[in-house]
Amino acid sequence: MEQPIIELAGLTKCYGSLKAVDQLDLQIRPGEIYGLLGPNGAGKTTTILMMLGLTEPSAGVAKVCGINATHHPIAVKRKVGYMPDNVGFYDSMTAFDNLQYIARLSGLPEREVKNRTRDMMELVGLGDALHKKAGAYSRGMKQRLGLADVLIRQPEVIILDEPTLGIDPSGVKDFLGLIRQLSRQQGITVLLSSHHLHQVQQVCDRVGIFVGGKLLADGNVETLSRHLFSGDQFVISITLANALPDTLQVLTALKAMEGIKDVSAEGRTIEITSARNITPDIVRFFVAKELDIMGVHKKEYGLEDIYQRYFENNLTDHEKDGKSSGLFQRSFFRKVKK
Amino acid sequence: MVNPAVYFNDLFSGKLKNSGWLKSTGSLVNQQPGPLSIMVRKEVADHIRSWRFIVLLALLLLTFIATMYVSLTNLKAAVANENDPDRLFLYLKLLTTSDGSLPTFHIFVSFLGALLGISLGFDAVNAEQNNGTMTRLMAQPVYRDQLLLSKFLGALTIVSALFLSLALLMIGAGLLITGVSLEAEEFFRIMSFVVLTVLYVGFWLALSILFSVKFRQATTSALTAIGVWLFFTIFYRIVISMVVKGFFPDPVYLSEADVLWYNNLLLDLLRLAPSQLYTDATTTLLMPSVRSLGPLTVEQMAGAIPKPLPFRESVLIVWPQVCGLVAAIAVCFTLTYYWFMRREIRS
Repeated sequence: MEQPIIELAGLTKCYGSLKAVDQLDLQIRPGEIYGLLGPNGAGKTTTILMMLGLTEPSAGVAKVCGINATHHPIAVKRKVGYMPDNVGFYDSMTAFDNLQYIARLSGLPEREVKNRTRDMMELVGLGDALHKKAGAYSRGMKQRLGLADVLIRQPEVIILDEPTLGIDPSGVKDFLGLIRQLSRQQGITVLLSSHHLHQVQQVCDRVGIFVGGKLLADGNVETLSRHLFSGDQFVISITLANALPDTLQVLTALKAMEGIKDVSAEGRTIEITSARNITPDIVRFFVAKELDIMGVHKKEYGLEDIYQRYFENNLTDHEKDGKSSGLFQRSFFRKVKK
Repeated sequence: MVNPAVYFNDLFSGKLKNSGWLKSTGSLVNQQPGPLSIMVRKEVADHIRSWRFIVLLALLLLTFIATMYVSLTNLKAAVANENDPDRLFLYLKLLTTSDGSLPTFHIFVSFLGALLGISLGFDAVNAEQNNGTMTRLMAQPVYRDQLLLSKFLGALTIVSALFLSLALLMIGAGLLITGVSLEAEEFFRIMSFVVLTVLYVGFWLALSILFSVKFRQATTSALTAIGVWLFFTIFYRIVISMVVKGFFPDPVYLSEADVLWYNNLLLDLLRLAPSQLYTDATTTLLMPSVRSLGPLTVEQMAGAIPKPLPFRESVLIVWPQVCGLVAAIAVCFTLTYYWFMRREIRS
């Protein structure tokens, strides 16, 4: 296997008694687009900050490009571009000046600064808003400017924290398309965190599901879904023209068929769970009964369902431990202290 | 429109290149300015373009013009005063003469300088944090202390440029109006006055940057800094006089030596206020005949001829004050550093 470009081993961060990140192990290969998925407060941003050496881990090691991020943050920052979740710019300066400032800080030779800045802004589609004040930029434009800001240093790795937050759907599509295109063209490794599942599904090679500071699962979307829904792999829902005349009899007959695990009917829709894919048999069965089929739909599991499933499991665990009540108390006390 | 910072390009990078901090960037230095000078340049450009600075500049210019006008109208009388050993220092007289209608310029500066320092620094760090620019900046390959240093040096550059040009303007105007040539002694005294003023503003700047690191809200840090300033300018004297009334014995029953000792103690207590240090030091530098900042006994004065001191002697008298100011700046800066360096950067 290739040497991983991002390597986290036993990474832990505690805030008082709250474990924001708990024994995280993660490896990302060069050129990969990795999606870190999780609800708000799962510890995604904390993990990212530790990768950049902006926060010290309580335990464990974060290595980026083979460099320890806690001990040599400057060397890591030279190779990594980071876009924070609510990216801010100096509002009184123009977007062009903002970008130039960052270009200079990252050590770009002075004679290249102007041209590179202009190129980058054109690349992200801000070519006609070069000299507008950054304060007058819309949210989506700021996000684009943030991407230009990350790319201007030609990093090996880019880390995007909630990059799609606050952009409209078509903008998201463009934005993610741009990221994917850049990653493929220039071999940049991309790590993006998000709680928007569909968007991540579109671009990521691999996703990790991150809840309560723990990485619950990691792999590509198909592996995850196979792993998770192995018990009830095939769900077929059949829509009929009319409601069943004799529901109970039909259901019992269906259940008697080989391979069918569960059947449920609701109005005109019948949902059948089976161990194997027996759609043709089922269709034949209904045809023989002279029932008119309007539609047959085989359910596919998307990231949404995967996420939902993991999140649900985790939630019930928490309730068992009585952890959520403890969390409530803690936040309450913190408020009082302030 | 050309960016106003363009005019400063060579000035700052040239100045900073010669100093030690940038050597770390090694061979890049000869063509490429280091991150610190880039950041300082940006800070300076920001300040110059901000309304806050323009308002303060207008305020300071108004005071300067008003005090200069008052001293020019009274200059003839001051220079002709036979009893004043300093009467021949025309340019120092320009800075220190007043008919009582207005305080002199250096007294004004002891108020306004504090305000200038506070206003340039109170939102230095927390504004970056609240705007979300801090995380972006810290994700660049720059050291954290470079951010603090750039905030401090940027504002200090502006302040030094401001006071230096005011002093030079005054000298120029004096030359034009009176035609009396400037003595080297006077020039050094005026320049050391400028340095002292910059140090004094630097103290308030360091203090307000400290608060801007400590408090997340810019308003809180501004109010706290102004609170400290008000305490030292108004309440500190009152507190001291209450302490004196409560704890010091009645001078009627004391020997002369004890009275002197208590007086010195009182002065030392007052000198805990930075504005007192500044006023003491500037008074000594601008009035060459001032020999001591504390009370003198009759024995000490015996045989003394009322004559202005040489520049070196005046500097020796104010040296403790200068050290005090530098120490106060260092303390503020160290605390700022301590709080900022290992803090989690997060918007």
